[in-house]
Amino acid sequence: MQKKRAYSFPDEVLEHVFSFIQSGKDRNAVSMVCKSWYEIERWCRRKVFIGNCYAVSPKMVIKRFPEVRSIELKGKPHFADFNLVPDGWGGYVLPWIVEMAGAYPWLEEIRLKRMVVTDESLELIAKSFKNFKVLVLFSCEGFSTDGLAAIAAGCKNLRELDLRESEVDDLSGHWLTHFPETCTSLVSLNISCLGSDEVSFSALERLVGRCPNLRSLRLNRAVSLDKIANILCLAPQLVDFGTGNYTTELQPDVLSNLTAAFSSCKELKSLSGFWDVVPAYLPALYPVCSRLTSLNLSYATIHSPEIIKLVSHCPSLQRLLVLDYIEDSGLEALASSCKDLQELRVFPSDPFGVEPNVSLTEKGLVSVSLGCPKLQSVLYFCRQMTNAALVTIAQNCPNFTRFRLCIIEPKTADYLTREPLDVGFGAIVEHCKDLRRLSLSGLLTDRVFEYIGTYAKKLEMLSVAFAGDSDLGLHHVLSGCESLRKLEIRDCPFGDKAILANAAKLETMRSLWMSSCTVSFGACKLLGQKMHRLNVEVIDETEPPCSRPESCPVDKLYVYRSISGPRSDMPPFVWTMDEEGTILH
Amino acid sequence: MEKSSGVTNTEESGLLLKDTELRLGLPGSESPEMEDHDQNVLSLKSFVSGAKRGFSDALDGGGKWVFSGGSGGGSEGLFSPRRGGNNNGGNDLSGPDSGLGGPVLKDGVAPKPLVVQEKKSQVAAGNGNTAPASKAQVVGWPPIRSFRKNTMASHPPKNDNDDDNAEAKFGSGCLYVKVSMDGAPYLRKVDLKIYGGYKELSSALEKMFSCFTIGQCGSHGVSSRDVLSESRLIDLLHGSEYVLTYEDKDGDWMLVGDVPWEMFTNCCKRLRIMKSTEAIGLAPRAMEKCKTRT
Repeated sequence: MQKKRAYSFPDEVLEHVFSFIQSGKDRNAVSMVCKSWYEIERWCRRKVFIGNCYAVSPKMVIKRFPEVRSIELKGKPHFADFNLVPDGWGGYVLPWIVEMAGAYPWLEEIRLKRMVVTDESLELIAKSFKNFKVLVLFSCEGFSTDGLAAIAAGCKNLRELDLRESEVDDLSGHWLTHFPETCTSLVSLNISCLGSDEVSFSALERLVGRCPNLRSLRLNRAVSLDKIANILCLAPQLVDFGTGNYTTELQPDVLSNLTAAFSSCKELKSLSGFWDVVPAYLPALYPVCSRLTSLNLSYATIHSPEIIKLVSHCPSLQRLLVLDYIEDSGLEALASSCKDLQELRVFPSDPFGVEPNVSLTEKGLVSVSLGCPKLQSVLYFCRQMTNAALVTIAQNCPNFTRFRLCIIEPKTADYLTREPLDVGFGAIVEHCKDLRRLSLSGLLTDRVFEYIGTYAKKLEMLSVAFAGDSDLGLHHVLSGCESLRKLEIRDCPFGDKAILANAAKLETMRSLWMSSCTVSFGACKLLGQKMHRLNVEVIDETEPPCSRPESCPVDKLYVYRSISGPRSDMPPFVWTMDEEGTILH
Repeated sequence: MEKSSGVTNTEESGLLLKDTELRLGLPGSESPEMEDHDQNVLSLKSFVSGAKRGFSDALDGGGKWVFSGGSGGGSEGLFSPRRGGNNNGGNDLSGPDSGLGGPVLKDGVAPKPLVVQEKKSQVAAGNGNTAPASKAQVVGWPPIRSFRKNTMASHPPKNDNDDDNAEAKFGSGCLYVKVSMDGAPYLRKVDLKIYGGYKELSSALEKMFSCFTIGQCGSHGVSSRDVLSESRLIDLLHGSEYVLTYEDKDGDWMLVGDVPWEMFTNCCKRLRIMKSTEAIGLAPRAMEKCKTRT
């Protein structure tokens, strides 16, 4: 009897329809409709995003998606940014490159975040993928300028090379000369993370000059101000520009040359860099300010009056990164000048000082919340806060999607009432129904977690430090936050009960990080035993957890779901609790 | 999304988790209360347990080497080993007054309190030996990315009021340098600002790479002896010999220990534990450089 397929289109038609579906989530949903859709979809999936490189093995990915052109991988847990994950923990990309070199000869794009990338990996990329176009290394480490030279020399059609915030072993600035004269395809080049060593500037100029499609160029600190005018004149089509250091010896022509150069950039919308700023040269930016949508002054040690002057020229600003030198007064000015502001990040100029060095308080953030109705994303470092301010902010900005507040001193109470900040953060989660990311700080009890569990239904990522009273706090979060994907906790009195009672929840999340909490070794073993699709990693650099009683808390715990089982590249200070209750090492 | 449920499939009504019928907590494993911060003076034994401590065990009390027993506030990873289930009891070890007979610094630099992980109250209550120039730091707090810290540290921000205070700003925040060891599979990073002197650095590195030793650190200024021959070069695991070297701002490789500690932290860009056979010839250069510097 013939098999009948009702209502089915030819595969080619379905494929064509699927090609309009770009988002990974939607593609995953498509693939679950039925077996034939699964098959068609997997053959035409071109882009794969893997949020945890240990959740799945390269071979598994390749088996399911044989025709991938673009891959994005993330390695270390987020707290690695703050040195909480010991060096050598893992996140090596080489095994992936090796497998993909064989399986994906037409791979075009590799985007990596928090991974260890060696020169060997880079050389293999340059050799293996004939049509390679995009390399983004976000917060990666382990490679040197030698590896970059291989990429420059080997990738004939390179469009994007973005090394943002990576740690590069700066052996020689001459790697830039490895771009052949025939390379004219660059669209984006971000070398802002390279050290203070000179980059071969003449090579850079020639490269910029012959790439007419260059849209984004971010220089490193070594490039001084007097050189920028030349670069801008070679690339007036730039949309995004990162200066080097914004200083040079006071010379008569520099300002006028620079102003003229910026004037010629009619498309420029985004500026960054600005190390070592000499304020006298800031007016050179005025010609572009009215079009600016993104401004990163977070390395610029200029003070409030200069910042205000600059920012008041930028009515179209949507994104501002700045140091707390802006102060409350500057934020007030910002609130009145920049009505389109969507994202604000204020970094501390002196995070380790005992006394505040600037007048930046909760008032600044309140002003911005009042004046900028489109505000969605906030990262704010300050030294004092009140519940009242947080409630006001929450009421003014119900559209927050990301709210990260860092009150610098752990466990700081509301400075007016001396109460915990539970109610304030509670207001944030209650009013901001679309909140996806939240970082807490200040004095907080279990109550704040009750609010979060009750209201934060769209919350995907939560960061907690020095907060809570008991396991109840953690239980509220794990049982209430339906959309939770990533939870990272440090120095909180959360232990076994909440984890074990919510063990199944952990399989619905990407990962859980807990350090300096009170989760016992025994509980970790039990979790690993019971939950076969979780990797339960215990990290301890001082001594093996099994050399202590099982009731002792572990130093660091990293739990993540995985379909490829325990990894095989663990360093000596990481143990995985496996199904038989044995400890893998 | 599946509703979260415990492994035991109990309902979430159980906010009173103790009453939950099937608790998966292990017998006798109540969550330990947070203890007072001021306890936790470590016994020396805690550092010599386990195979990794074998080397320090051998050195303890022997020869030229005083095993500092300091918690070696190392890089990001070092937290005090816990006894009895406390999690947040950090250590506040300082100079000679600590119960461990901690590092005695011969070079006259006042010992800074070694902070591993602690709260502010602990700092305030801590020993009165030194007033730290900046607040003692908790590892990884405030949450600022290394890239930003390193960027700001190398050029401390201007301060209108007080130029002398530049050190108290980002400059004294932290100073991460990479440490590589010939033959080791990966690099480590250490924050030089945490250590009071060469001995503390030495013991912290010793813990990280548990099979090497360092040429003896000189006190103030230049020592005229031949550093290589005087140093105790032991390696129990590999039977080979290592010395600790560093790359300075000029890109030259020097032996660690020949310049005053402050000068060292200012000019050290990275550290390398190299085989002593490769290190021959470094010593004379170190002397030369010091002469021209001072």
